[in-house]
Amino acid sequence: MEKTLDLKYTFTEKKDTRSGFGDGLLEAGRKNPNVVGLCADLIGSLKMGAFQKEFPERFFQVGIAEANMMGIAAGMTIGGKIPFTGTFANFSTGRVYDQIRQSIAYSDKNVKICASHAGLTLGEDGATHQILEDLGMMKMLPNMTVINPCDYNQTKAATLAIAEYVGPVYLRFGRPSWPIFTPANQKFEIGKAWKMIEGTDVTIFATGHLVWEAVVAEAMLREEGISAEVINIHTIKPLDVEAILASVSKTGCCVSAEEHQYNGGLGDSIAQTLSRNQPAPQEFVGVDDSFGESGTPTQLLEKYGLNAENIVKAAKRAIKRK
Amino acid sequence: MVHAVQSGHPGAALGCTEFVVALYFQEMEHNKDFNIDGPGEDLFFMSNGHVSALWYSVLARSGYFNVAELATFRKINSRLQGHPATEEHLPGIRIASGSLGQGLSVGIGAAQSKKINKDDKLVHVMMGDGEQQEGQVWEAAMYAAHHKIDNLIATIDYNGQQIDGPTAKIMDLMNLKAKYEAFGWEVVETKAGNDMEAVLKGLQTAKGLTGKGKPVLNLLYTEMGYGVDFMVGTHKWHGIAPDDAQLENALGQLEETLGDY
Repeated sequence: MEKTLDLKYTFTEKKDTRSGFGDGLLEAGRKNPNVVGLCADLIGSLKMGAFQKEFPERFFQVGIAEANMMGIAAGMTIGGKIPFTGTFANFSTGRVYDQIRQSIAYSDKNVKICASHAGLTLGEDGATHQILEDLGMMKMLPNMTVINPCDYNQTKAATLAIAEYVGPVYLRFGRPSWPIFTPANQKFEIGKAWKMIEGTDVTIFATGHLVWEAVVAEAMLREEGISAEVINIHTIKPLDVEAILASVSKTGCCVSAEEHQYNGGLGDSIAQTLSRNQPAPQEFVGVDDSFGESGTPTQLLEKYGLNAENIVKAAKRAIKRK
Repeated sequence: MVHAVQSGHPGAALGCTEFVVALYFQEMEHNKDFNIDGPGEDLFFMSNGHVSALWYSVLARSGYFNVAELATFRKINSRLQGHPATEEHLPGIRIASGSLGQGLSVGIGAAQSKKINKDDKLVHVMMGDGEQQEGQVWEAAMYAAHHKIDNLIATIDYNGQQIDGPTAKIMDLMNLKAKYEAFGWEVVETKAGNDMEAVLKGLQTAKGLTGKGKPVLNLLYTEMGYGVDFMVGTHKWHGIAPDDAQLENALGQLEETLGDY
C-alpha cells in the first residue's frame, strides 16, 4: 500500500534506531572527553561496541547488575563525567526505578539513561522484555527529561544533543529495522516539537516508531480528502505545550500515537495539556492496559492496533466528535 | 536536633559519631568551601542516610554551614532534610541517600571518576550493617573488586541492630568479613568502634591498604546509642526521638555536650 501512496516523506534505507544511538555515542565521545559509557552485558544489542573500541578507558562493563550501574553512573557525575548507561528499556526503568529516583532524578545528576528494545517492536522475546510503561515511569520523575526519537537519524541527533544538555535524561529507542525518513545531520532541539506536515482537519501527535505510521496515515487520509497535520513529539518531557495548543486551535481535534500504554504515555500528557487549556476531542493509538506477546514487530503492531490504518480510523473518530 | 523535631534516628547516629568525627576532623583532606565535584579532596558518602543528624552536625562544625542552621533539621523549608539531599543545595552533600543500598555504587562511581581525572585522593563510603541485606550492595562489591577500585574505603557501622530487632534475628549477616574477602576485598576490623584512638588507627590501617589493586572494607564494631545508657545496644532507638526528660538525662551523660543541639 505504501508504494502507491503520495507520501510527504520517503526513505531509501531502513535501519534500527539503536544504531543511531551507537553512532551518536561514538561521535559524542569524540567531541567531549568527559563522555563515558556503561553497559550491563548488552554491548552488541546497544551498539556500544564502537565506543568501547575507541575509548576503552572510558567504557565500563557492569555485568548483569543494572541497579549498580545506575549508582555507578550517578557517582561518576561527581568529578564531571557524563555517563551514558546502556541496557534494555525494561531494565533501564522498572528494574531500577528507585535507584533512578533517588540517586539520579532527585539528586539531579547528569546521567543519560539510554534504553533500547522498547515497546512491542522488540518482537519475539515477548512481554517480559517489551516494556510499555517506561515513558510513564520516567516522565513522572521531577528533573527528568524524556526523549523518544523516530528513526536512525533523529536518534543519532538526539544522542548528540543530550550529551550537551546538563541534567538527567531518559532516551528511548528500539530494535527493528525502520525507515530513515528524517534528514541526516539534523539539529535536535530538546523540548521542541517538529511540525512535519501541515494540515487543517485533525492533528496527529506521534512519537517514536509511530511517527512513520503517522506519515503514512496522513497520505491515506489525504486520498480521502482529509487534511491531517503531523507533529513529531520526540520530547515527551518537557512537552512543547505551545506547539500542541497552536495546532489543536487550528484543527480542533487530535490523535496521539505511540508504542506505549495509554496510561502514562504521550497521549496522557497531551490530554492533560488540552484539558487544562482548551479541551478538544482526542483519540488514542497505543496499548490499552495489556502486556505484549511474542511475534514479529509488524504482526504485533497490527494486532495491537499501532499502525497507519488505526491512526486513520482514530483520526476519523476524532473529526466526528468535533 | 532529633528531640527538637521529635523525629529522626538517634541510635545509629550516636553509635558512629566517633567515626564520622574522625573522618572530618582528622582523616580526610576536605574543603569547607564546597565544590560538589570535590577535585583534589577526599570525599565522603553516607549510604545509610538516616544517620543524617550526625552528618549535619559534623558538617556544620567543620564550617560547611552555620551551626545555628542545625535547629531547622527536619522542619519545613529547611536545607536539612530528614534524609540527606542535594535539592536544597546544602553544602557538604553530594547525592541523596536514605533508600538503602545505593551509596556503595555511588562511591565507586565517584572513585572511578577520580581515577579518570588522575586525582589521587580517596573516597569514603559509610553503610549500615542492616543495609548489607540489600542486593545492590553485593552487585557493587563484585564490581569494585573486578574493576580494582583501590581508592575507596567502605566502612560498615556494625552495630548488630536494625529496625525490627537484632540483625542476627532478622536476617543474619553471618560472617561479613569472610563474605567481603570472598568478593575480593581487603578487610580491616576495627573492634572498638566507639574508641577514638581505635577508630583512627583502623582508618590508618585501611588507608595503608589502598592503592594496591583492591577495594578496602573497614568493619567498624560499634554500639548503637553509644554514650547514652538507656539507648545503648538496642534497636528500640533506631527511629524514635527522646522526650524532654530523656533528653535532659542523655545530655547529662555526655561531657562534650555543647548545648547547641
